[in-house]
Amino acid sequence: MPGCKYDWPPPNERHLIGKPAKRIDGPAKSSGQAKYSFDIDRPGMLFGKVLRCPYAHAKITALDVAPAKDAPGVKAVRVIQDVGSEIQWQGDEIVALAAETEEAAEDAVRRIKIQYEPLPFFVADEEISAAGSNAKAPVVKTVGDPDQAFQEAGLVVSEGYYGLPVITHCCLESHGNVVEWTDPQSFKVWASTQGVSMVPGQFAEPLGISPNNIESICQYIGGGFGSKFQVDRWGLETARLAKDAGKPVKLMLERDSELLVAGARPSFWGKVKVGARKDGTLTAWDSETWGTGGISGSGVPPIPYPFDQLPNYKRSHTAIKTNIGSQRAWRAPNHPQACLMSMAAFDDLAAKLGMDPIEFLTKNADLAPGKFLPRTYKEELQKAAELSDWQKHWHPRGDKSPGHIKRGMGVSLHTWGGGPHDGKCNVTIQPDGSVEVALGSQDLGTGTRTVINIVVAETLGLPLAGVKVTIGDSRLPPDGPSGGSTTVGGVSGSTRRGAINARDELFKSVAPALGAQPDQLEAVDGQVRVKGNPAKSLTWKQACAKLGVKPIVAQGEQSRNAECQLNSGGVGGVQIADVSVDIETGIVRINQMLAVQDCGLIISPRTAESQCFGAMIMGICYSLYEEKIVDRQTGRMLNPNMEFYKLAGIGDIGELKVHFMSGPFYEERGVIGLGEPPVISPGAAISNAVANAIGVRPTLPITPAKILAALEKAMG
Amino acid sequence: MSRHKDKPRKKQAPVGPLTRRDFLKGAGVAVSSGILAGQAAIAAASPQTEVVGPGATPVTLRVNGKTQKLNLEPRVTLLDALRNGLDLTGAKRVCDRGVCGTCTVMLDGKPVYACSVLAIEAQGREITTIEGLTRDGEPHPMMTAFVNNDAQQCGFCTPGFVVACVAFLKKHPNPTPEQVDQGLGGNLCRCGTYMGVRAAVLEAAKQIRS
Repeated sequence: MPGCKYDWPPPNERHLIGKPAKRIDGPAKSSGQAKYSFDIDRPGMLFGKVLRCPYAHAKITALDVAPAKDAPGVKAVRVIQDVGSEIQWQGDEIVALAAETEEAAEDAVRRIKIQYEPLPFFVADEEISAAGSNAKAPVVKTVGDPDQAFQEAGLVVSEGYYGLPVITHCCLESHGNVVEWTDPQSFKVWASTQGVSMVPGQFAEPLGISPNNIESICQYIGGGFGSKFQVDRWGLETARLAKDAGKPVKLMLERDSELLVAGARPSFWGKVKVGARKDGTLTAWDSETWGTGGISGSGVPPIPYPFDQLPNYKRSHTAIKTNIGSQRAWRAPNHPQACLMSMAAFDDLAAKLGMDPIEFLTKNADLAPGKFLPRTYKEELQKAAELSDWQKHWHPRGDKSPGHIKRGMGVSLHTWGGGPHDGKCNVTIQPDGSVEVALGSQDLGTGTRTVINIVVAETLGLPLAGVKVTIGDSRLPPDGPSGGSTTVGGVSGSTRRGAINARDELFKSVAPALGAQPDQLEAVDGQVRVKGNPAKSLTWKQACAKLGVKPIVAQGEQSRNAECQLNSGGVGGVQIADVSVDIETGIVRINQMLAVQDCGLIISPRTAESQCFGAMIMGICYSLYEEKIVDRQTGRMLNPNMEFYKLAGIGDIGELKVHFMSGPFYEERGVIGLGEPPVISPGAAISNAVANAIGVRPTLPITPAKILAALEKAMG
Repeated sequence: MSRHKDKPRKKQAPVGPLTRRDFLKGAGVAVSSGILAGQAAIAAASPQTEVVGPGATPVTLRVNGKTQKLNLEPRVTLLDALRNGLDLTGAKRVCDRGVCGTCTVMLDGKPVYACSVLAIEAQGREITTIEGLTRDGEPHPMMTAFVNNDAQQCGFCTPGFVVACVAFLKKHPNPTPEQVDQGLGGNLCRCGTYMGVRAAVLEAAKQIRS
């Protein structure tokens, strides 16, 4: 916002913002020196392990932990759920214990004597007809008059069945904590968390101590993706075990537990009927959908997506309770689901109309909400067509070329909020010239540290190395949790303000020496100088020496209600997938994927690009490989491991390209988050590319078996 | 583990199903026989067979050029010995069964999944971990290439990837992009850093050759 006290420098005055910088914690990570919660070792530390329920639904009928208490090396045992408890999912925690070694803890868990009465369960969420009382009441929304709209003469109507299953977060660093009590009322916790500042509050009430007595530390986190916002029951039990044992305890989930209980993205299945006039104008939508993220059901994905201004639509969504644990936020909650359901339906309709899907989406872009998105989509679709050479490579549905490899292209649109979270920071300038910015934030691998470094160094006219970035501790000024693409807006907002406040304080101390007023000064190129008169200058060190013995400690605060907004929300993006399908083996290969993305003003283009690459790869994973497979006969997950819970490898991703939209129209909105947007479209873009290649469309993940079955069915 | 204070004890009969650790334990107790069947195998082993465990036993490892003495149960994996016994935590435990590659270390210069090697079986071999690739405070060129090409996000898979890439370049000093995709398929990343890894390997190859 030009003219405000707090603003971003104009493009010609940016030295670091928007320039590629190396990730500042890259050396610590690539050398193995970065310490994650899983790596923390404390003097006398014990290892925690958990006995988990093997049934999807059961009652505990007998439990004897005495043999575990007597086991060698065991220092504390806690019954979490006792006889009579009804367990609602496989993997739920029954007993936690701590022992001197991991091996001793594992042995002790196996000594526990427990009996269950297995109870009926429901896990087959794709079959809504079998859900019975597990189906909640449908949530229905009607806009306009869809029934009448479908009656319009000449309307072209397409109907289809689409869906994607429950997937898990599969963080490489599993969930968990190390807890060390420092006195009977205080402890430190090394938590693998997406919200270091909120961890103390989550422990405090259940443990009956003040949050002020809890320090949480998280310098590095090995993946979260939305699943690490809670300290969870195992976290609380880690603290209790550590207290009972009088020793620090580390309890990180085993890999199977990580996949069983620590993260589920809800499934989404359904039938969509969608209608457009012959010229491609969308007029009517009717969908009946269902899904589950486990025992708590699921939210309602925002369909039709992102064309929610569609004049006539009805959607009915039924959440289903299944005995598979609970859903957790997964990058862009509900959006990848909504995107697949909508973009696949639109793609099928465009095929039925005989229209190029890019032409179809462009024609209907005005159905996207707000003033910004329609224009963004039109510009991005044009750019995406150009960069992918769409006109040359796209063909109408069904690759008619000879041979068993069929090639296809698909396109998809997405949107996400990504406005800033609230947060505070301190910026300290020492008389010796050293600068530190400190805030209780966390870097999930998105580049948060690097962004903070760029913002503060830019503001003070210093090189990146001139600023020390301190994050990852709840004792620091609180920052919001990292979720929903809120972090970059939040931390850039607070640290830009904090750095401007610190700089202005410095100018006050330095102005007399330069014979100028404070507002005539600027900090650039490692100097404090009079604007327009570079001869009147001091080096940064000389300027800071004017502080005498007293450092400057300036606060910065990002708040949604503050004046001079440095950030906003609501981005649009387009992705294009180019795939090859082998109709003899059913194997889908990614040839290329392109992301054309808007995220406002980009602070750190290199880490922003990595975010997009990563999101596309995660999208390839859930499009082609990932599924939480639960056995209908036993209610047990069949793949709680990494050999059968498949992720893409380095050879599975094809060639990826990222293009960021730039220019005043995009950048004047300030900084906007990027964690979620580019992970939304891959499912739809890849599904559309497969349909374009072979004329049929399986549900996700698009496995070889599903391709072959769909082709067989199509042949009759 | 090194901090294990209990005396060697008799083996407990597992009450649950056979776990991977049990399997490795069975594989490991009869060090030289190679028979994979636990107690029965010990009973049937020839008199010359050295039997150790199941209690903790002295283990000597040569790690990053240093000799390390530990007291470990034979079932302890090399990965857990490095992490829990020597505080070398660069190698991560993720899948814990030889799939994801985050625990990659080198044994006599060849990459292995440290979760799938028993510590006692790594005796007498030269173990190189990610920590051992930093020499005199100088990062290995592969680490520098990872930083230059932003080949890390959360970073949890990164040390294993770096070790795998170093070992890969020993075998393929001048790799093609196709060889990179083939040769590094044994390391998984959840954040999706593969584009950076591809570029980093090619840059480091150039750097190391020159």
